[in-house]
Amino acid sequence: MLRSRITPCLLRQNGGLVKTRQFKDPKYVGDPLNAVKIFNEKEVDELMFLDIDATVQRRDPDFTLLRNLAVESRMPLCYGGGITNAYQATRIIALGVEKVSISAAAVHRPMLIKEMAEAVGAQSVVVTLDVRKNKLFSGYTVYTCNGREQSKANLLEFCQQAVELGAGEIVINSIDRDGEMAGYDLDLARKVRESVTCPISVLGGAGSVGHIRDLIEAVGVVGAAAGSMFVFKGIYRAVLINYPGKDEKDSLLGMRALH
Amino acid sequence: MIAIIDYGSGNLAAIANIYKQIKIPHLITSDTNEIQNADRYILPGVGAFDATMRYLKKSGLIDLLNQQVLEKQKKILGICVGMQILGESSDEGVLPGLGWIRGQVRKIDVSRITSGPRLPHMGWNSVSLTQATKLFDGVDLERGFYFLHSYYFDVSEAHDVTATVEYGNQLPCTVVHGNVFGVQFHPEKSHSNGVAVFRNFAEY
Repeated sequence: MLRSRITPCLLRQNGGLVKTRQFKDPKYVGDPLNAVKIFNEKEVDELMFLDIDATVQRRDPDFTLLRNLAVESRMPLCYGGGITNAYQATRIIALGVEKVSISAAAVHRPMLIKEMAEAVGAQSVVVTLDVRKNKLFSGYTVYTCNGREQSKANLLEFCQQAVELGAGEIVINSIDRDGEMAGYDLDLARKVRESVTCPISVLGGAGSVGHIRDLIEAVGVVGAAAGSMFVFKGIYRAVLINYPGKDEKDSLLGMRALH
Repeated sequence: MIAIIDYGSGNLAAIANIYKQIKIPHLITSDTNEIQNADRYILPGVGAFDATMRYLKKSGLIDLLNQQVLEKQKKILGICVGMQILGESSDEGVLPGLGWIRGQVRKIDVSRITSGPRLPHMGWNSVSLTQATKLFDGVDLERGFYFLHSYYFDVSEAHDVTATVEYGNQLPCTVVHGNVFGVQFHPEKSHSNGVAVFRNFAEY
């Protein structure tokens, strides 16, 4: 049976790992390679690694770091940050990274999705969309560059377009819920799940195993991604890398698995 | 000595890292002498079928591998697209495969999956043995392996298949044909189950 994935998402800024709240107030939480080693021991389903400096600084992905991460990682790795062309994606896949994520570049030039799918295969192309819930009108607005730039893209139409162009996965990241640890935006997750046929992952809001359970109950097999939950412990947010144990995970992922 | 064939495709370093940790002699190589001297091979592969075959052609290693695998009967393990190119052809491309195992690579038929994710087949999935194989010694079948693919190897001879994965249909996910082995999943990214497969292949 195909099970849901529980995916820690690590953010890199100024060479270290940080965790944000609503995309602000980055708090240092550790070193990338060290985190990968700990997640290896915890037998994590997959790992997402986003360099949140790269696009805003208009620089290339850090290929040296990616090589080191891929060698060390015994779980599948998705990398995002600073990718603007298919050649970079090919290089990253060749380093042993399973999936490459694009966000701003996909919103600005959707054809890049197709170029990447042709170069590395659709299964390795991930489109990550950062969204805020609209306050006055219903629906969501897509943002790029760490929530700084508002895009005109219609969220659900863009998700469908991305899949038609060859995206193998959509990651939907709620800026409003980021770091709040109060639960996923389930309505958003359902809307995205219903509009595409590819796997999706949902990021933003998870603070407990119960929140992951709510997400799986809402949308079925899914990537349940989280940052804070896996790097903080307790109400004072002490930095401690953690992950659900085997029994806890099995009971969670047995639900609504695809037989 | 296990030679991890370096022809420009696949996750060589992660595989080497696992062999290093379990202390099994190995090397990453595209050197003809080193390949001749090795007693078994790992053939990685990611990306599209034709691109992978093109890389392999460009490496100039196909004749040497044919000789070592078909004449000298050395063991080889193809991983992911490295398994798919063991076959004769693929719906994903136009180039012929290595043809060491009879069968075609086809797109996964997801017509029976009516909701949720369809393609690609992504994530941890359980596997079922169709015949006993030493390759899976110590593997937790229920826990299974990490899969990431939209195409699968539709093997012609049922007795070449040793394990299947359920996704839309029962898809072959492990083939063993004499000295030629292939796995569709990513053992290098499947924690202890994957390590077991690498160890078993080395000791097979």
